[in-house]
Amino acid sequence: MSLELANIELKVEGQQHIYQTSLTLENATMNVLLGPTLSGKTTFMRLMAGLDKPSSGRIIWNGEDVTGRRVQNRDIAMVYQQFINYPSLSVYENIASPLRLLNIAEKEIDNEVKNAAELMKLSNFLNRKPLELSGGQQQRCALARALVKGSGLVLLDEPLANLDYKLREELRAEIPKIFARSGSIFVYATTEPEEALLLGGNTATLSKGRITQYGKTPSVYRHPINATTANIFSDPPMNFTRLQKRNGKITLGNGLQLLPTNEMSNLSNGDYIAGFRPNHLELTRSSEQAIEFKATLNITEITGSETYLHMQHEEQSWVGLMHGIHDLKLGEQVSVFLDPSHIYTFGHEGDLVLTAPYSERA
Amino acid sequence: MKINTSALVMILYILFLMLPIYWLINMSLKTNQEILNTFSLWPNELTFDNYIVIFTDPSWYGGYLNSITYVVMNTVISLSVALPAAYAFSRYRFMGDKHLFFWLLTNRMAPPAVFALPFFQLYSSVGLFDTHIAVALAHTLFNVPLAVWILEGFMRSVPKEIDETAYIDGYGFFTFFRKIFMPLIASGIGVAAFFCFMFSWVELLLSRTLTSVDAKSIAATMTRTVSASGLDWGVLAAAGVLTIVPGALVIYFVRNHIAKGFALGRV
Repeated sequence: MSLELANIELKVEGQQHIYQTSLTLENATMNVLLGPTLSGKTTFMRLMAGLDKPSSGRIIWNGEDVTGRRVQNRDIAMVYQQFINYPSLSVYENIASPLRLLNIAEKEIDNEVKNAAELMKLSNFLNRKPLELSGGQQQRCALARALVKGSGLVLLDEPLANLDYKLREELRAEIPKIFARSGSIFVYATTEPEEALLLGGNTATLSKGRITQYGKTPSVYRHPINATTANIFSDPPMNFTRLQKRNGKITLGNGLQLLPTNEMSNLSNGDYIAGFRPNHLELTRSSEQAIEFKATLNITEITGSETYLHMQHEEQSWVGLMHGIHDLKLGEQVSVFLDPSHIYTFGHEGDLVLTAPYSERA
Repeated sequence: MKINTSALVMILYILFLMLPIYWLINMSLKTNQEILNTFSLWPNELTFDNYIVIFTDPSWYGGYLNSITYVVMNTVISLSVALPAAYAFSRYRFMGDKHLFFWLLTNRMAPPAVFALPFFQLYSSVGLFDTHIAVALAHTLFNVPLAVWILEGFMRSVPKEIDETAYIDGYGFFTFFRKIFMPLIASGIGVAAFFCFMFSWVELLLSRTLTSVDAKSIAATMTRTVSASGLDWGVLAAAGVLTIVPGALVIYFVRNHIAKGFALGRV
């Protein structure tokens, strides 16, 4: 099984919703669509499902052109961010409903429903109506219905976004289990980089109707091909500052000296953008070559085990993610340190010029 | 003693509301003699003769049967036309949809009298005059827009994702509509049916203009009771009481839906 999007494009009333994209999803893979809201994740899913028709391009399923084919005749299942069930049917009938339409023997349906309910911990609620369940259970019911059909393509559109933290973690742990059991192509849309990393598989990063990068999740994370991808795949967002190379001398921001490392010695003279992740900023010097930045502290957020420092460095807003609790005075200057091996060097247009040396070692 | 003002107001209010209905029932249980000659708060000589007249005289009970026939026909036609229309308005955007929706509502703004003449002439020339379907069709002009309006409000509150999930699950449109969608808007259908029924039941002018003998409605029968011997007050009052009964019954059965309907839909 494979799903191929061949040069698809979507324009609605003259507005470009999806720019020309080609993408192939292989059999039994977990694919994460990662991007901020309005980046086109849901639109991509609707195109894959056949709920919307692309303005141009073809959708190929197992080598067969299915562009414009009725949704009913496609081999798909979908779960929405909102908890969508059939409110007038019991949980049992909800899960059974796709099977009933396939004219399967009653005994087999019963078996399948019970199995799915078992996996989704719904066995005790089969006689209830979906609206009598908690939010997490409602979404489990929707997942069970998607699962029971055994579709080749399962689309999950931010299925955990409307759940509270605890339930989200619980359910997130179950999605790889479902995936492993089904052997289908999974597509999972999310806004959270952390979720993409936990699910593994492949990740496509999306920005404004374009797929900026597609590949194995860890590799997209470690080797973003441009600043947009790096920014999407970083939570909190990546920090940026100017980087200049003149006559072999490298300066960061407004004149801070940086000793050229091996990698950077090959860099030609010019203006660049340096990017690094918030978790690589430190409050103490941990290595000899670490660079010291002076920044003004605006806000600190303490989450219990970690502290987020929101600060202003020259004209850039930065976020630092520090381990432990740090009680720092707001509005004052702080020194933060960065190992230069954590710097990604981007060209002026945002394309990657030099990857961060640490990511090569990892 | 302290007077409970709100209770007093309430009692007076109910008294005023109930007075005409009480007087109607009071009259229907008296003889014509008593109605015309004495003032009595309750029947001195209790009689059910007036009701017996209605239930035995075909020209009386026929009126009820005719009315019920075209009211039910009208409700069925109105709903079966309004359901797909309301679905289209709630789910699709098409050219002029907002104008069309408004235009439908404007149909309700004209009084039925305006349409009495064209309907009469049209139905006479095509041979529909004095048939049940004639009145039922005439009333749909007013009931379909109202039903579309009520149902559209209910349908809009059902997320579109439910439709899509059903299609993805493999439901065809009609199976989905019948098995998944209709139960979700059951209250809306109940409320719309109620309004169609009530309008059609109480509407007098069109039903009287478009019928003469075979499909004569009860309202028309009641307005034509002046005979050589004068007005038969008692029978007329009994007919009035019996006319209230179906409406009261319908309201009783849909009362929970109505409360729900007024809250959910946009009536």
